[in-house]
This record gives sequence, C-alpha cells and structure tokens, in this order.
Amino acid sequence: MPAVKETVKQVDEISVDKYKFGWSTDFDVEKSPIGLSEDTIRFISKKKNEPEWMLEWRLDAFHRYNTMTEPEWAKVNYPKINYDNMYFYSAPKNVEGPKSLDEVDPELLKTYEKLGIPLKEQEMLAGVKKNIAVDAVFDSVSVVTTFKDKLAEDGIIFCSISEAIQNHPDLVKKYLSSVVPKSDNYYSALNSAVFTDGSFVYIPPDTRCPMELSTYFRINDQNTGQFERTLIIADKGSYVSYLEGCTAPQRDENQLHAAVVELIALENAEIKYSTVQNWYPGDENGVGGIYNFVTKRGDCRGKNSKISWTQVETGSAVTWKYPSCILRGDNSVGEFYSIAISNSYQQIDSGTKMIHLGKNTTSKIISKGISAGHSSNAYRGLVSSHRKAENARNFTQCDSLLIGNNCSAHTVPYIETKNPTTIFEHEATTSKISDDQIFYCGQRGINVEVAIALIVNGFCKEVLQELPMEFAVEAQKLVGISLEGSVG
Amino acid sequence: MFKVSNLTVSVEDKEILKDFSIDVSPGEVHAIMGPNGSGKSTLAHVCAGKEDYTVLNGEVLLNDENLLDLDPDERSTRGLFLAFQYPIEIPGVTTMTFLKSSLEAHYKANCKEVLSTPDFMKLVREKAAELNIDDDMIRRPLNVGFSGGEKKRNEILQMALLDPKICILDETDSGLDIDALKLVAEGVNKLRSESRSFIVITHYQRLLDYIKPDYVHIMYKGKIIETGDSTLALDLEKSGYNNYIK
Repeated sequence: MPAVKETVKQVDEISVDKYKFGWSTDFDVEKSPIGLSEDTIRFISKKKNEPEWMLEWRLDAFHRYNTMTEPEWAKVNYPKINYDNMYFYSAPKNVEGPKSLDEVDPELLKTYEKLGIPLKEQEMLAGVKKNIAVDAVFDSVSVVTTFKDKLAEDGIIFCSISEAIQNHPDLVKKYLSSVVPKSDNYYSALNSAVFTDGSFVYIPPDTRCPMELSTYFRINDQNTGQFERTLIIADKGSYVSYLEGCTAPQRDENQLHAAVVELIALENAEIKYSTVQNWYPGDENGVGGIYNFVTKRGDCRGKNSKISWTQVETGSAVTWKYPSCILRGDNSVGEFYSIAISNSYQQIDSGTKMIHLGKNTTSKIISKGISAGHSSNAYRGLVSSHRKAENARNFTQCDSLLIGNNCSAHTVPYIETKNPTTIFEHEATTSKISDDQIFYCGQRGINVEVAIALIVNGFCKEVLQELPMEFAVEAQKLVGISLEGSVG
Repeated sequence: MFKVSNLTVSVEDKEILKDFSIDVSPGEVHAIMGPNGSGKSTLAHVCAGKEDYTVLNGEVLLNDENLLDLDPDERSTRGLFLAFQYPIEIPGVTTMTFLKSSLEAHYKANCKEVLSTPDFMKLVREKAAELNIDDDMIRRPLNVGFSGGEKKRNEILQMALLDPKICILDETDSGLDIDALKLVAEGVNKLRSESRSFIVITHYQRLLDYIKPDYVHIMYKGKIIETGDSTLALDLEKSGYNNYIK
C-alpha cells in the first residue's frame, strides 16, 4: 500500500520532466564499417580480440541470417529497417580495460549517476549490506564490472560475455546457442552474427547467489543497433536472481535492439529473471522510439528445475518479445509474469511460450496488458505439451485494461496438447477504466493522473509483487509515468 | 456558505434543472425530497462536477467561490463531499490504499502535513470502528463485493476522514435495511457540527427520523416547489406528492 502511494508521489514530481532519461552524452565513438557484411563481422571479432572459433561461429550465423527474412506475422507495423545504413559496433573510447572505477571516463560515471546507479557507493558498501552487482553495458562494451571479486569467492562467474569468451571458452562453447539456436529466427541469427556484448553468469553447483545480479542497459549512440547477448547458467542445485533494467535517451531516429537471452537451469536449479524495460517509446505522435525485437528463452534442462520470467514493459515504439520456457526436466516449473503498457502510438506484441516436454511439468502465465492512447497491445502465447509430457499443467490468466477509446488490446493464445493427461487452463478478461471510476476518485480529491496510476497499479499488483524489492518501486513509478497524458 | 443560484442544466438538450436555487448556512441540514426524475441526482452530480451535463446558467458557490469553474478533485479538496447512491467499485485497489490517496490529496491541496503511515492507519481504524467497519473490509478492494450496507458505511467513513464543509447525501438510504440505516444515520449525526452543512436527498421520510433536517424541500421538474420544516416530510409521507404538484 505505501508503495502505491509512493508511485503517486513520484508521478507528481516527474510530470514536469516528461522523459527524464531523454538526453544523450557526447563521446568519441569508434565505429565499425557501415552496413552488414563479413567485413563488419571480422571487424567486430577482431576489435574484441576473439579467438578463431568465435569468428567462425559468427560467420556461420551470418550465412544463416542471409537465407532468412524478417518475420511479418506479429501485429506490429513499422517501416522496413535499412541494415545497410547501420553501424553494428561502436565502443566508447578510452575504456580499454579499466582496473577500477577511477580509471573510467568521468563523463560515463556522470551518466550512471543520472541513471541512478550508485556504483561507487555500492562498491564501498560491498560486504556491509546486500548489494546489487552491476555489469553496466554502455553502448556496446561492458565498461566496468563490479563485485566480481566478491562473487568469485563463491565460485560465481559474473562478467561480460566478451570476457567469458576469453576466459571461460569451455562454458561458452558448451552452452551458447544451446537454447536459442543461431537460426532460431531472423533476429537471433542477426544477433549471433554481430552481438557486441552482454552478460555472462555461471552459478556453480549447490550455490545460492548471495545478491541480485543486475545489468543496466543503455542505447546511446545514434544509428547503432544494440545487440546484447546474455547467457546464464545455473548449475545443479543453485539459485540466481537476475535483474535487467533499461532506459534510453530521447531522439528522433528509430533504433533497433535485438538481444538474445539464454537461460539454462540444471537439476534442482532455479533462475529468476526480471526486466524493467523503459526504452524511448517515441514522442506523442509516434515519431522515433526503439524497436525491441528480443529473443529470450530459458531451458529447464534438469529435473525439478525452475525458471521464472517477470517483465515490466513500458518503453519502446515496437516490441516483439516472448520470454519462454522449455520444460525439459521432469517436475520442472516455468513462470511468466508480465505487465505490458502501451501508450501514444506504441505497439506491443508480447507473450510467452511454455513448452512441456518432461513429466509432471507445470507452468503459470499471468499477463497484464494495459493500452492507452492510440496504441496496440497484443498478448501472444503458446502453451504446448508433447507426447511424453505426462501430467503437464498450465494456468494462464490474461487480463487487458483499456484506457480511452483509440487503443486496442488483442489476445492470441495458442494451446496444443499431444498428451491426454494434460490439463491447461486459460482465463482472460478485458476491462476499461470507466469515467465513473475517474469521477469517483476525483470526488475524493484524487486527480485524473493519480487515479489512473492508482487503478493501473491495482490492476497489475499480482505481477508487481513478483518483482524483487530493488525493482518494485521503480516499476510502480514507471507504470504511472508511462500513462501520463493518456486521458485527455 | 453553500449556495446554488439559478442553476439551469441540460442533458442532451433536455433541461433537467430549471433555475434551481438553494441557500445552505453553516450547520444546517436540508432535505430534498421529490418524485423520480425530478432532478435530485442531477443536482448532486453537477455540484460535484460530473461530466455529461451542460450547465446553461447559474452558479454553485462554496464560500463565495464558484465551484463550476473547478475540476471534481478541486471541488473535493475545497470541502464538497458527495456520498454516492451507487458507490463505484475499483478492483485491485484496497480500500485502505484508496483512503490514503484521497486523504493525502486533501492534505496536500490544503497545505497540511501528510500523516505518517502508522498515524494514518490509526486514524482510519478509529473512524472505522465507529461505523462498525472491520479491518477485513478495509483490506478488500474498494467496494468490490461489498454489500449495500458496507458500501454506504464506507461512504460515511470517507466523509468522516475528509472532514468536508458541505456534504451531499444522494439517496444514501436506498438499499439499506433498518439496522444499516441507523448505523449510517448515526455516523452522519456524529459529523454534524456548527461549521458543517448537509444536503440529504431522499425518497423517504424514514431517513429523516434519524437525521433531523432543519428544512425540507420538495423538488419537482428541476426546481424547488415547496419548502418547510421537518413536518413537511411527515405530511408528504401521508399524502404523497400529488398535493404539492400543481
């Protein structure tokens, strides 16, 4: 309850400064050749000093990519992306191997400050109280990674994927693209060819990661596609909670973001992956904004393993995203909790896939879609059980809330069962914030924007509760901000 | 203190209120009675600022300020409270959260220091106990699945918390059994003071047995056609509206 109130207060404060992360920092930038070619890929691989096998891996992805076409089945519309006009790699200069925060470009540190990441403070506090380790991705290079030492004591590896390629090639070779194959889809192939950085996490057997791991992404340079690659492996009996949060500066040009996230949970392991996504959604006329075409998939590879996705999606002009679980191990559990908010001219086509392969596997989907303005918000989900998936269980609840008369909500559930013992449940509701509710709140002194934040936060409470404490307040704040001006 | 003068209001080109006036001094309780469709609820809604009505003429003054120029939330924080005939349900938002948002909006608008959460909870529990409202009800989503009696008691609870200057009760007695009616009436009576005024809209004399009005008005076709003291309501109960409708 007090947290909701918090939102209201924060919305009040921030309404003056509509998109508070709307700025861009000046940096000298080193760019790859323009467009996409083998040369671009060789440039990136060389720049990152990658071993030969990695270059081959990328080139293979690139050749597969060349045989594929952009998917058009999602309920989104956007002008064709001209990949020949894009730079696929840009790195802030002067950041080659900083040994500590003192060696980091002060401009960059200022940027982090604006974003509210108290790196320094956190490092000082390390070991004193619970901390969030931040592997900060600024444009394409992981600039600084904190807490590695502390985590290393437990044998946990938390580093950039580039470092992992250098230092832990066996793990990378074994698991990279084992959940999302290179040619899984158009964007995953593109990502595999040109990914520039991202995070790598390995939790050793029977280890509980002592802190929430967190990556803050920013897209900062004009015309630079951002292609992160994240790989998280939870070995037998381990547990990890990973947070991903994003903000981006305001600009007119559309930017592409095509990340790939792969999670692997071995026997008795659990991974909790939370996202708060607040990329620039374009202005109120639908100009600009990020294209967010992401492939996220988790593999419950071992028995009794569990993967849980929680997402709060408020940003981006166009979102195409389906964090999924492959329930391969017997008794494994997959969860998907989602809040997707679209305002102005935003388009969201998001949902999940729960693929039941093992016996006694269960999955749960709670999706809350909120559409306002002229936006379009689609839930697309697949729940399937295969022949050997005895006693597969799924519960899906899919709720849509409409604000105003010009937006739309769509629900496209696919349900397939090949095993007669399967029980799948699907519930869906659609509701609208009524004028009567707004008037009632008004009569009690609560103005329109606060009332909407209040009602929407109530609507998605079940999902907000799933977020780690560190994210809950930020998420509630976003829910309010994202819907500003949605009622005339 | 609260004054409606020459108010003419239409909905979709149909005049509902016609040159309506009423003058309420501090501490007074005015009852407005009238047959269905006489414009009673319209009056309540227009005073509170509900959309869908076109004000053609007139003013609604609270301490000489014309409320018609203000948004509903501003009218509320100036001190106008409307107890709804049909309180609205808001799923997902607990009553406690709603009360807190409401009270904080009022404190903020009136430059008062916002209560700490424990103090706020204490205040709510105190006021709630007087209305026989238990903790469970406060933790439930606002008005969702509330019985008729619970909804109306909840309205009175909000009235008690917000400390308004003028309260309009729109058929608060509708849908209440006799025990609930008494409870609600007691709640209202506790709030009567020299500085607070009430307009009680009702169909039945019964409510006025418990909330004693200073004046009773009969409203018909959008205006007041008869004004008297509490005996008028008793006469009305006996003889019906026909004696007054010419």
